[in-house]
This record gives sequence, structure tokens and C-alpha cells, in this order.
Amino acid sequence: MANAEISSAELDNIIDPPALVQGKGDLATITETVSRVAEHKPPKAWYIGFTLALGILGMLGLAIVYLISTGVGVWGNNQPVAWGWPIVNFVFWVGIGHAGTLISAVLYLFRQGWRTGINRFSEAMTIFAVICAGLFPAIHVGRIWVIYWVFPVPNQMAMWPQFRSPLLWDVFAVSTYFTVSLLFWYMGLVPDLATLRDRSKTKIRRLMYGIFALGWTGANRQWHRYERAYLLLAALATPLVLSVHSVVSFDFATSQLPGWHTTIFPPYFVAGAIFSGFAMVVTLAVPARALFGLRDLITLRHLELMNKVIMATGMLVGYAYAMEFFMAWYSGNKYEGFTFVNRAFGPYAWAYWIMVSCNVISPQIFWFKKARRSIPIMFVVSIFVNIGMWFERFVITVTSLNRDFLPSSWNYFSPTIIDWATLIGSFGLFFTLFLLFCRYLPQVAIAEVKGQTPHAHGHSAH
Amino acid sequence: MSLYQFPRWTDALRPLLGLTALGAPVYLVLLFYYGASPKTLAVGYEPTQPVPFSHAVHAGELGIDCRYCHNTVDKAAHAAIPPIATCLNCHGDGEIGKGRIHLDSEALEPLREAARGGEPLEWVRVHDLADYAYFNHAAHVNKGVSCVECHGRVDQMEVVRQVEPLSMGWCLDCHRDPAPRLRPVEEITNLGWVPEGGRSREEVGRELMEKYNVHPKQDCSTCHR
Repeated sequence: MANAEISSAELDNIIDPPALVQGKGDLATITETVSRVAEHKPPKAWYIGFTLALGILGMLGLAIVYLISTGVGVWGNNQPVAWGWPIVNFVFWVGIGHAGTLISAVLYLFRQGWRTGINRFSEAMTIFAVICAGLFPAIHVGRIWVIYWVFPVPNQMAMWPQFRSPLLWDVFAVSTYFTVSLLFWYMGLVPDLATLRDRSKTKIRRLMYGIFALGWTGANRQWHRYERAYLLLAALATPLVLSVHSVVSFDFATSQLPGWHTTIFPPYFVAGAIFSGFAMVVTLAVPARALFGLRDLITLRHLELMNKVIMATGMLVGYAYAMEFFMAWYSGNKYEGFTFVNRAFGPYAWAYWIMVSCNVISPQIFWFKKARRSIPIMFVVSIFVNIGMWFERFVITVTSLNRDFLPSSWNYFSPTIIDWATLIGSFGLFFTLFLLFCRYLPQVAIAEVKGQTPHAHGHSAH
Repeated sequence: MSLYQFPRWTDALRPLLGLTALGAPVYLVLLFYYGASPKTLAVGYEPTQPVPFSHAVHAGELGIDCRYCHNTVDKAAHAAIPPIATCLNCHGDGEIGKGRIHLDSEALEPLREAARGGEPLEWVRVHDLADYAYFNHAAHVNKGVSCVECHGRVDQMEVVRQVEPLSMGWCLDCHRDPAPRLRPVEEITNLGWVPEGGRSREEVGRELMEKYNVHPKQDCSTCHR
């Protein structure tokens, strides 16, 4: 424990890259730092944030009740833009949900130690984002009471979903993704829940954490099986990172519409999903680490690495934008060509250029190390990316539809106030869940971070 | 260290846990499939009617053709419930109708009351399709689908009850395989009809499909217009 007295600045000098756990960094401190958040009254900002989120969630509730009691006509969707905001919001949220699994599964398999600081709450973010995503197709069907029709359940009508439709594949892809992400997240939580259980002072806390800790004692055999199961789940979840958003892109790519019917869509969507997911992680990590005193566990190095991922995937997305235009020209198809000229210079040019500035231009600042390590800059850029990625889905959906093959039916899509209330309301749902998570569960994987301490080799980590 | 561990008796629940995880989805699907099916919910519906009209007597014993009362069945989508005037052809009292059968029957009083301008009879509908399902009686009856295929042996029922589920899957069963449900149009109201000469209904039905040009559709818009 002699090393524990070394300051973070000195550590920076001793090892390069800087350690993943800063500050005092011994095992007891890590446990204390993370558990403290769940055990003490949260800071004032949490209450303000939670009240706000709950209010917005209430607005979502009202918007949905109004929608269901009146019908989908309360939205701006109408011919030719039959797929309006609901699908835009769905793809946006599913995309955000990709960072969690990438960080927890793919980076785990690649032995990227820095994932441990951020994996827990990016997994939580994933689950909440997928919940928000699932909401939109569910309320989009109009008759929510027959939503079970999307599943192949035997029924008296002898009616089955259309197995050739990517919309059905979507149901499977997203529900599989949700199930695996939830399992993965929960399994990772078990040892930390046991820590909280053992530290709890009241009976009710001990009972609640105790039930969900599944009787974890930290025995050698348990750890052995845990590691094995974790590896298996990581291997199972890894293909899902690629498959889910590929399937989501099929919703568009399999239809015969210029602007949608492209083979580049699956990789393009996956890159965009990781891009937006990482941006959302940064957006959440920056205030969370400040608010809950986690700066030593979610260090600047973590954030810098994420900013690198954001820049890389941002350029992938930019490449895809360029390639779409190239193919529109190279194919010689005049309808394809028209769609893309219309996209950049038509009635929705403003949306297109918001998208390009936010997604392609703004992350370029991360070429500079100073910018990658600057909290205000990365926070602003991450927000820009969130906005840009929402607009990407808006551009893909709306500009491709609003001028279809029949000029007489061309129409300018505008959202209604209910569209707005539902979109903003979904953030209320997201933040309500996220803030509850911050309050009651360990935001950082205590057990895993311990394996990354500078002196983890010195003695047994657990 | 006060560790919360599950009490020992919870060990007994562990095999149950696996069973529940596997069994619950199957149970729920089966519960939904059988519980929400019209086979469970609708078959056997037998409401009390305002007048104890016996189909067994009229259509069975007396052999009155179905179309004597339900006279639009082979001409229109809807099979009409007869007006009281039809009843009065037999059950009048000379003043409100020619027939004089059961002149002093108590049970028929609501009928005569209605005929004199009192409260009309409110028959209770037994076979009630959903409003979004279009069904045309004439199209079926004129192609050899007898009343009995959907309504059962009404000629043997004291009180009419629903014997078939009238569910979408049940409709489709016949639309996908109509042959065994067809009969010659001349025998359409002969509910007890069986093919002559020991031939199977399937065999007769095949011929009739040719003869009547029966090609049932299965598009959504066939029934949901």
C-alpha cells in the first residue's frame, strides 16, 4: 500500500498512459467512492434534475394518452411522409443504445482496460435508450391494444406477422438486444450489489440489495463461474452490436425508395449508432463524474479515449454521407440523383447542413489533444453530435419521402406539438430512469475497476 | 459480518425457478390462445329470446324452409329477421293476421301485443360478427354453403345457440378448403343432407367447386373492406 500516497500528477509521470484509476486509488477508496453515492442523500442537483425529468415524463404520458385516445392523426405523419418522427426517434434511441454493448462486450473481448470505468453506466444508458426506442414503434401502431400482433403468437385469427418484412426482424433484433443487454448489465451488477448489501445499514436496503445480489458471497468458485459467464455473454453480445442496427437499417434499405435503397446502409448505420452512443456516454459522464465525485474513476483519459472513438466514427459517418452522393451520381439513376440533390439543396437543406456540421465538422476539433481533454469542449461537441445524429435520421426519413415519385403528392412535413411533446418526453423517460439508476445502483463497476488499479498486481484484486 | 443470504428453504424453490422460466412463456401463450379464443368465449352462447320461438318445431318438425322467414338470405348480404307479419301468417287472430294457430297461447302475447302497435319484439342476436368483418349470406348460400355449416343443426334447437366460433381462423379454414363444406344448391336448407350413393362430401364438393366456380379469396380486403 506504499504506492497509495503517490499523487496523480506523479503517477502521470511514472506510467504512460496515465493510470485508469486516479487519486488515492486503493481498493477501499474505490468501494467507498462508488458506494457512497448510493448510500447518502444525493446532491441538490440530482433532486432538481429528477423533478424536471419526472415532469417531462408526465408530459410524455399525457401525449401518449392523447395519442391513443385520439389516433395517430395527432402526429404530423401524413402522405407522402407516412414515417415521420416516430421512426426518427426510434432509430435515434436505438442508435444511442449501441455504445453500452460495444463498451461492455467488444472492448472486453479486446482487453481494453479502460472500459471498466464507464461500462456500468453506459450499459444502463443502453437499456434505458432501448426502452425509449421501443416506445415509439409501440405507440406508432395506433391500436396499442393489439401490439402483440408484432409477435408470432398463435391466435384465433390464424394470422402471423409478415416474416419477410424487416419490420418483424426489427422486433426480434431489438428485443434480443434488450434481453442480452439487460442480462449482461445485471450479471455485472451482482458482485457490486453484494457489496452494497454488505455495507447497508437498514433492513430494507439489505433485503432489496440482498435479493438482487442472489446470495453472492465472493467465493472463489463464484468468481470463477462469473468470469466464465461474463465472457460467454460478451461473446453473445458482440455480434448484436453489428446486427441490431443493421436490421434497423434494413427497414429502409429493403424498400424501393431512392435515398433508402442502398447497400451501404448497414455499416453506415452501425457506425452512426456507435458514434451517437459514445457521444451520449460523454454527455452523461461529464456531469455525472463531477456531480457524484467519480473523477478518479472516470478520468480524463477515459474521456479522451471516447473522444477518439467519436472522432473516428464521425469520420466513418462522413465517409458514408459522401459515398451516398457518389453512388447517386455514379449509378446514373436520375431518381437517386434527384433525391440527393434535393437532400442537400431542397426544402430540408437546413436539416441536412445541421447534420453535416454537427456530425462531420464538429468532431474534427478532436484532432487537438487540448480539445480532447477539455471538459467544456467535449461536452459541447457531444451535444452537437447528439443533435446531428437525430437530424441524420430525420434527413434520411423525411427528405427521402417528402418528394416521392408523384410530384402532385409532394408535401412539406411539419411536426405537430404532440410530436414535440413525445420526443422531448422520451428524454424525460430516459433521464428519470438514468437518475434513479445513479441514485440507487453503483454507477461504476467496483469489482472490475479494482482490477485496473496501479497496484492490482501487488496483491489479490478481490 | 451480517451477510444477507437466502434462507435454506429457498433451495427447495430452485428447480421450480427453472420450470417457471421455461414454462411461463408456454403457459402464457397457451392461456392466451385458448382463453381468448372465440371457441372459449363465444361458442355455446344461448341468450333467452323475448318469445320462446322453437326452431326445432318450425324448421325441424314442421319442415318450414329457412327462407320462409329469413327470406333475404339468398338475395342479400344480410339474412333478414322476419317482420311480425310473417309470424302472424299463422299466429294471428283474424284481426291482425289470417292464421289462428295457438290463439290463446300466453307465450305469444308479446307477439300480438307488438302487432297491435305495442312494444316491438327485441330479438337477441346470437351470431354477431365484428363490425369490421364483411360477410355476405347470398354469396355463400348461392355457392352451396348451407346454413348448417355456420349455424349448426338449428332445426334441432329449441333455443338457438352458437355452435361455431365464427373466428377469423375458422373462416379461413373453409376458405382454404371449401370442398367438404359444399352441397348442391337445391339442398341448401336441408340441414341433414348427406351425399347420395355413399360418396364422400369431399368428392361431391370437388365437383361442385367446378360447377359453381368456387374460388374463395384470402386477401385481407375480402372481409375487411
